[in-house]
Amino acid sequence: MIALLLRDLRLGVRAGGGFGLGLAFFLIVTVLVPFSVGPESGLLGQIAPGILWLGALLACLLSLDRILALDWEDGSLDLLATAPLPMEGIVSIKALAHWITTGLPLVLVAPALGVLLNLPGPGYLWVTVSLLLGTPALSVIGTFGAALTVGIKRGGLLLSLLVLPLYVPTLIFGAEVARRGAAGLDVATPLTMLAGITFGVIALLPFASAAVLRINLR
Amino acid sequence: MPDLGKYADVVLSSYAVSLLLIVALVAVSIWRARRIKSELDRVEARGKNRG
Amino acid sequence: MASIWEYANPVKFIRTTDRVLPWLSAAAVVTLVVGLVWGFFFTPDDYRQGSTVKIIYLHVPAALMAINAWLMMLVASLIWIVRRHHVSALAARAAAPVGAVMTVIALVTGALWGQPMWGTWWEWDPRLTSFLILFLFYLGYMALWAAIEDDDTAADLTSILCLVGSVFAIISRYAVNFWNQGLHQGASVMRAGALAGDTEERVSNVFAVPLFVSIAGFVLLFIALVFLRTQTEIRARRTRALLARERMS
Repeated sequence: MIALLLRDLRLGVRAGGGFGLGLAFFLIVTVLVPFSVGPESGLLGQIAPGILWLGALLACLLSLDRILALDWEDGSLDLLATAPLPMEGIVSIKALAHWITTGLPLVLVAPALGVLLNLPGPGYLWVTVSLLLGTPALSVIGTFGAALTVGIKRGGLLLSLLVLPLYVPTLIFGAEVARRGAAGLDVATPLTMLAGITFGVIALLPFASAAVLRINLR
Repeated sequence: MPDLGKYADVVLSSYAVSLLLIVALVAVSIWRARRIKSELDRVEARGKNRG
Repeated sequence: MASIWEYANPVKFIRTTDRVLPWLSAAAVVTLVVGLVWGFFFTPDDYRQGSTVKIIYLHVPAALMAINAWLMMLVASLIWIVRRHHVSALAARAAAPVGAVMTVIALVTGALWGQPMWGTWWEWDPRLTSFLILFLFYLGYMALWAAIEDDDTAADLTSILCLVGSVFAIISRYAVNFWNQGLHQGASVMRAGALAGDTEERVSNVFAVPLFVSIAGFVLLFIALVFLRTQTEIRARRTRALLARERMS
């Protein structure tokens, strides 16, 4: 399992693995927002948590089809399926690798981009915390979507369409934590809901992803 | 025709849109049912002729 | 002659529904026409909402069917996963476009109704938002069916999507509620005792009776359409199987 994780991480970081792509996209979105809504710092500060969450979510969405597609094409997924590792473990590792290569960098650069958007003081902590808690859910849900569409040529659009409604609860609670945090309000309720979604999804969704992947591999 | 007052356009357009959508759905379903049925009949007949 | 695509069940389904379908369609048309004509021509205006109250005869039944269609697909998907009856999977496939159209009707009539009542076409009200999300689920479900060539794989994948989607739809419902307390009136129609007594919030008798007639009409229409479309899917599947066999020999 560790070996598989290391291999996926190496492939992800290597050029063309989509490591830089998500980050670059995140950067582009946040840099372009002030140009489109105007440079007024009060307004920017107000929408900053939402923009950061949206940017992170879209950057995540962009790299989803790489989770399984490459392994599917060169046949290593078939090999993995015959390995003694349970399929649930494989999809969990894939999701974890995706999170480390895409989600974690997004979390780390988010405060820096918050400066550009004039994020209010307490916002930095809560944007980072909510992203840290929420992005694993995005990776796990995304792996489910990738498993569903793995056999389909040019399934990128379909993948986005399938994953979009599944991302809604995570986005709502995550952005709510960040927004309330930035405004200095109480964050306990959305934070517990976000944590609930993330842990629930991590615990249960790999079974669905594994079932889907088995169907696709048969 | 009942007097719909100042909301006439809203009420009429919601009826128009809804009925249009329902009729379109029914029409598409029936049209596809006919087409698939005749296609199946054709394929089945071809299969029988060949034995 | 027994054959590979489990002949017996679908044939029986087609035979039975063929017998029922004319009656069912006639009943659907009659109920729907009675309900809508009654509602449109023979009900008084509401003292607050004016004539817009007539939209209720489309909006509420469509919204109910949009949710019920998804529930039916969920049940059909479960049956497919557990019992592997092909008719069940195909019925779920057949119901999806009907449910999607119902969702659109509910959204459009809701927007048209909201314009004079709330002063806006679109409001990010929890119910409207939930229906938009439901519509996305329908789109994704239908797109997944269309994208996969092998019938059994498609049936398996879409039924799992339907299960997972249902769970997420419920979570979304709560999330959206939390995110914005809305303008929307609660589900006053279905509250127990809607026909008896008269408290203020309730839809009163004059409106309720034609409303129930048109709900019945929508239900009948839905069943008739699902029967017809399931027949079509069964025939399409058989055609594909026969063509595949021809190519093999």
